[in-house]
Amino acid sequence: MFYKQWEGFNPGKWSDDEVNVRDFIQRNYTPYEGDDSFLAGPTEATKKLWGEILDLSAKEREAGGVLKADTKIVSTLTSHGAGYIDKELEKIVGLQTDEPFKRSLQPFGGIKMAEQALNMYGYELDPEVKTIFTKYRKTHNDGVYDAYTPEMRRARTAHILTGLPDTYGRGRIVGDYRRVALYGVDYLIEQKKKDKDLIDGDMTPDRVRDREELSEQIKALGDLKKMAEIYGKDISQPASTAQEAIQALYFGYLGAVKDQNGAAMSIGRNSTFLDIYIERDIARGILTEVEAQELIDQFVMKLRIVKFMRIKEYNELFSGDPTWVTESIGGMGVDGRTLVTKSSFRILHTLKNLGPAPEPNLTVLWSKRLPAGFKKFCAETSIETSAIQYESDDLMRPEMGDDYCIACCVSCMRVGKDMQFFGARANLAKCLLYAINGGKDELTKDKKTGKPLQVSPMFAPVLGDGPLAYDDVIVKYEQMMDWLARLYVNTLNLIHYMHDKYSYEALEMALHDTNVRRFFATGIAGLSCAVDSLSAIKYAKVYPIRNEEGLVVDFRTEGEYPQYGNNDDRADEIAVWLVKTFMNKVKSHYTYRQSVPTMSILTITSNVVYGKKTGNTPDGRRAGQPLAPGANPMHGRDKSGALASLESVAKLPYEYSRDGISNTFSVTPASLGKED
Amino acid sequence: MEGYIHSFESFGTVDGPGIRFVVFMQGCPMRCKYCHNPDTWTFGAGKKYSAEEVAKNALRYKNYFTGGGGITVSGGEPMAQAAFVGELFALIKRAGVSTALDTSGIMFDIKDAHRFDGLLAVTDLVLLDIKHIDDGEHRKLTGHSNENILAFARYLSDIGKDMWMRHVLVPGITDNDEYLHRLAGFIGTLRTVRKVEVLPYHTMGVNKYKSLGIDYALKDTQPPTKERVLNARAILGVKK
Repeated sequence: MFYKQWEGFNPGKWSDDEVNVRDFIQRNYTPYEGDDSFLAGPTEATKKLWGEILDLSAKEREAGGVLKADTKIVSTLTSHGAGYIDKELEKIVGLQTDEPFKRSLQPFGGIKMAEQALNMYGYELDPEVKTIFTKYRKTHNDGVYDAYTPEMRRARTAHILTGLPDTYGRGRIVGDYRRVALYGVDYLIEQKKKDKDLIDGDMTPDRVRDREELSEQIKALGDLKKMAEIYGKDISQPASTAQEAIQALYFGYLGAVKDQNGAAMSIGRNSTFLDIYIERDIARGILTEVEAQELIDQFVMKLRIVKFMRIKEYNELFSGDPTWVTESIGGMGVDGRTLVTKSSFRILHTLKNLGPAPEPNLTVLWSKRLPAGFKKFCAETSIETSAIQYESDDLMRPEMGDDYCIACCVSCMRVGKDMQFFGARANLAKCLLYAINGGKDELTKDKKTGKPLQVSPMFAPVLGDGPLAYDDVIVKYEQMMDWLARLYVNTLNLIHYMHDKYSYEALEMALHDTNVRRFFATGIAGLSCAVDSLSAIKYAKVYPIRNEEGLVVDFRTEGEYPQYGNNDDRADEIAVWLVKTFMNKVKSHYTYRQSVPTMSILTITSNVVYGKKTGNTPDGRRAGQPLAPGANPMHGRDKSGALASLESVAKLPYEYSRDGISNTFSVTPASLGKED
Repeated sequence: MEGYIHSFESFGTVDGPGIRFVVFMQGCPMRCKYCHNPDTWTFGAGKKYSAEEVAKNALRYKNYFTGGGGITVSGGEPMAQAAFVGELFALIKRAGVSTALDTSGIMFDIKDAHRFDGLLAVTDLVLLDIKHIDDGEHRKLTGHSNENILAFARYLSDIGKDMWMRHVLVPGITDNDEYLHRLAGFIGTLRTVRKVEVLPYHTMGVNKYKSLGIDYALKDTQPPTKERVLNARAILGVKK
């Protein structure tokens, strides 16, 4: 069938009874190779609306970080009435609750966390809600703690496994929100019903779960329609204009953030999709450039005010209150055409029209072959706003094709075709200390005995006070990593089982193919600290210093050693070895729901907190000092200039760290050339 | 052969065009009062490397040189180890990468003008830092006459070698309109000056003096004001 709303679009597989947004884009988009001269500034309505948001932001800051919080109504797609900033001015509508800046109550991840967060900001959880979620309705968090083994709890207490999504929403799942606009909800429900009918036969636990989940998805899509109706909009049918398309797409996303308080709630890859609608309206003479920009500005404005109720430690961990509304922009198509459109410019232009902001996390998929005009515009916008993130499309495209997006900061997935089980990270610097101390934690005490906490089984520690022998340490480190990888993977298996059971992302998964590919996204922290420590042991003399209990608590290093971050193969090879070794160990274990194991090296700010929980390390780092972020060299040790530092990082094998590698790199204009 | 090297910078963006791999040679006969690399003064210190080693190291960054970048040898005084630098540049040129020599010109001697022809043959660009146009002031500032330096500039012009003229603007020493006009006049007589750069004096090297236990002569000197920098640029005809 061909909906009348599709008039003017080239038909194809996408319109031939198959959900296929990529095919729609490929057959209909207009690559743009020009410059930024066509762009329009903000309209009066946009300026006024943004002014009101800035006022609310100021009030929120004055109020200590939270302006209002719901303590009674549990957030669902249809829990709240319509909310507006200024109804008359809004071209794109929809808020998480019935008022702007009012944070919703999302207890399905864990009622304790939800209550704690409220208390920290001076709110009281409604007693009835508390009763429901402690007595009658189990949460994800309860499920996890019912099943955790003592060893998992110890690893968590000692922070060798850290940031685990066991008390909060795992996030990182990106629905294909474009489907809502392109097909309308009724068609999507119809397709999901067909998929459900196909799951029949022996009712194995897997099939039962699949059928139940599809029912949840179908209900969620029904609720999404109702949510739109609350705002007086009908999204049962395909969108017929650019405004309707942006509205429908945003509703899809809004439904997701009403349903889930995920650690990262990214939005996908939408600007080129939306460009098709914008260009069609412009060609029809029903939309001007100014109006097109207004739609994009107001859409982005809504994404900027997505907020969750979180505990203060969470904000400390991430140095702010991030939501990771990542929108992926640009890139190249597999057929050689650029995926840059005028709307790639328009969405980046919001940084100028509304001023710079960290959210949405606008991420340019960079390729050497991007059009020169776009590259220049990106560079100028970066210089002016410092608010664009860049990722290598040339690296990801061969693996992921040309319709993937970034979840959170580096994690790539094909939109609507891949999901992931977010796995936080294992601290490999601490793991090295465990190898030396036979699995006793260097900082954490056993509460009962007051002695150092034995986290792993009692492995043989390094003996004696002589310099550490590299070969001996490596054997012990490998054994400890074997233990850690196994425990880590199994802890995640358990967590994600419970998340699916008690806090299933029904709407987000309804906007995925039913036969979705799942990633098992592990991560590591402390890479450069572990590498430099190993290099010190190998190339210098590192003497252990023991406390009265015989625990190695510090190190004395004689001589120099090559450090990661100087393009010195001696150190960099250790880094490559470590990444490959740990990933191979992760891969050797069963992963939940046939998921594909991946690994990331990507802490952005949490390295500070992880460092606080890690004792003195053989590289000379003092206890409590930060680890380096992501794959960065340790602070101040990359002494051969920026390129040498970048080249060291670039040696890390992406194939073994498919969930992404981050390197935080700041340059000031003065360091790039002469200041004016 | 081997050279004495102080350090490397893989991401040089201020010493020549484009992104450059910069080799800082060890040892310099000059003792400029404002020098921000006093740790490169002593001859025979630093670390020894063969020209092959340095070339191999530098050429690992060849991918980054596409925007007109290349290798710059700075110092210290690179012409004090001319044979080494010549050998290094020959290797770099063979790999199709451009070379720049960042020098004070102090090693040049008009009586033996062809001594550096071998090095200059494999040098694409000379970054020549004229410390002071006035000979008396030059002696006070650096401990040497500027006679050979100016002769070197004329020689480069005569043999058709491209150069960038660089001048550090120091309040109370070089930041003086009369001197700047004289310098501009001199530059005007040269035929191969492709660019003139005014480098505002900065105090980033002061801590090095402290840690080396050397007295810092310009303790009370502040960086020039923006206006004075613009003034100097205008006089020296710096094109944006």
